[in-house]
Amino acid sequence: MARLTEQQAKAYWRRNVSLMITLLIIWFVVSFGCGILFFDFLNQFQIGGYELGFWFAQQGSIFTFVILIFYYAWRMAKLDAEFGVEEE
Amino acid sequence: MELRTLSYLIVGATFALYLFIAFWARANSTRDFYIAGAGVHPISNGMATAADWMSAASFISMAGMIAFMGYGGSVFLMGWTGGYVILAMLLAPYLRKYGKFTVPEFIGDRYYSKWARLVAVLCLIICSVTYVIGQMKGVGVAFSRFLEVEYATGLLVGMCIVFMYAVLGGMKGITYTQIAQYCVLIMAYTIPAIFISLQLTGNPLPQLGLGDTLDGSEVYLLDKLDQILVDLGFNEYTTDVRLSTLNMFAYTLSLMIGTAGLPHVIIRFFTVPKVKDARTSAGWALVFIAILYTTAPAVGAMARLNLIQTIQPSEGVYLVYEERPQWFKHWETTGLLKFEDKNNDGLIQYSADPATNDMVKIDRDIMVLANPEIAQLPNWVIALVAAGGLAAALSTAAGLLLAISSAISHDLLKGIVAPKISEKQELAASRLAMAFAVLGAGYLGLNPPGFAAGTVALAFGLAASSIFPALMMGIFSDRITKEGAIAGMVSGIGVTLFYVFQHKGIMFVPDTSFLGDMQPNWFFGIEPNAFGVIGAIVNFVVAMVVSRMTQAPPKSVQNLVASIRIPAGASAARDH
Repeated sequence: MARLTEQQAKAYWRRNVSLMITLLIIWFVVSFGCGILFFDFLNQFQIGGYELGFWFAQQGSIFTFVILIFYYAWRMAKLDAEFGVEEE
Repeated sequence: MELRTLSYLIVGATFALYLFIAFWARANSTRDFYIAGAGVHPISNGMATAADWMSAASFISMAGMIAFMGYGGSVFLMGWTGGYVILAMLLAPYLRKYGKFTVPEFIGDRYYSKWARLVAVLCLIICSVTYVIGQMKGVGVAFSRFLEVEYATGLLVGMCIVFMYAVLGGMKGITYTQIAQYCVLIMAYTIPAIFISLQLTGNPLPQLGLGDTLDGSEVYLLDKLDQILVDLGFNEYTTDVRLSTLNMFAYTLSLMIGTAGLPHVIIRFFTVPKVKDARTSAGWALVFIAILYTTAPAVGAMARLNLIQTIQPSEGVYLVYEERPQWFKHWETTGLLKFEDKNNDGLIQYSADPATNDMVKIDRDIMVLANPEIAQLPNWVIALVAAGGLAAALSTAAGLLLAISSAISHDLLKGIVAPKISEKQELAASRLAMAFAVLGAGYLGLNPPGFAAGTVALAFGLAASSIFPALMMGIFSDRITKEGAIAGMVSGIGVTLFYVFQHKGIMFVPDTSFLGDMQPNWFFGIEPNAFGVIGAIVNFVVAMVVSRMTQAPPKSVQNLVASIRIPAGASAARDH
């Protein structure tokens, strides 16, 4: 198991945090954005019988959450491998 | 077969399964008892977490709340799922790397202080006890409604089952029963939903059915529901905002960070073998939760439509009270439905106007409980709903009881009072603590204190304002000091309690609310249950300000923070 230098550890953490921030912005946009703040605006569009804002609030945001977590896990596994910090 | 016999058979079979697991998954060490030996597969843990998380409230009440709130009910859907994104990115992997047994233990080590650990234990116990009372009530209610046994008898049977697998198996026993309970509850939830979606829209998937047209017509289900409700004088279903946009925003955020800060959920992520597994396991947990949470809005909307169309088959035509269906009579006897013929015409008129509305009570729980009967589904489906409701209540109760008992035996006893006890003694103590926790919860379920009704929502506010910020700052900053963390936790939980008490009464005693439960007095129109996020902000700010004024944490703490951020390397759990 490789030991990271302080610089490497910092770089690893920075990459983790920036990935996290990107994903949390999406998290915020689909729930608080589409589901609440822009609810009225989005409701002028429809998918099937759903008005779009309503769909995000009761269905779409939840599906997006699931995708976000798996994407994070996948990207972090790659990052761990790149820095050689996976657990054996 | 008769419904009652069928219910006994199905519920009996699930209980036999739980007991079998209790004997099969016994705990042999404290590591087994607290974290199931850290050997649970991430998908299994995801399933167990889903059962741990989805309580009697999710199973029985949530669809009904959405049915009556419409769009406003979205705060529960987003709030109780979005928290897993935060948990997966901000907390779970690092706490798993840290690798010890309890949440207060991390807070005690990170903030190098027994006082911090003690404050965390107190916050944990306040959150979890309020939560567990609701579960015990759920067990008693499910028994009395479906199996027609006394509330107290039902509660006692439920307690015995939990006692067996929680005391014998600890986290290990709880994990494997929760997996079984998830399977039971998700079948019980989705099967009736699929039937009803098929009946109404011809679409077998409720998630799609909700956005589909009604069977044999060109009208969308949601449009129809909107129109019927508006005709009856209610708000439009799909645009009914809960109080205000700001309130919905605060409520959703409070539920999200409360979810991420609830100790009984966090400790589930200590049971997987690796940091990598903690991340994927959170994803799996949300998959299993989402199956129910994306079905619930369909159940809510469809049940509301079904109910109204039963009472009022078409415009101006009302159901004759004397000809009401069997399920109506059944739920009248339980007090969940109440009819009062205001104009003495023998017809059931339902509307938003209290002067003419004959349906003086429609309990929200009826939307899930009576749904299979309203839709005339076969008896075995109704029996399955009983088993599902019990599984949801028991699985959450067991998870909470483990969080409580491990805080007592591991944090209070081993951590503070008697650090010298051996592992064998600690294991015995943890079983004893669990036994007392089960008895205590049973007692509170039998004699629910006056404040119990208002407190499940409060548990989220408390977790959001105390535990979540302390954990997050502990991981993301090595500058937060013990003084900062303690001051932050105390002021965060203090502000939240103060706000709730001033509007809802001290300890929820109605006469003691000094500002009154009135909207004009609410801070920016935020309802008390949504106040956790303000408490959390107070916690963050106080902790950061106090930390700047006090001496930086020792080097060893900075090393601890550095080590939990990286998956590889020795975990702190070595010394156990």
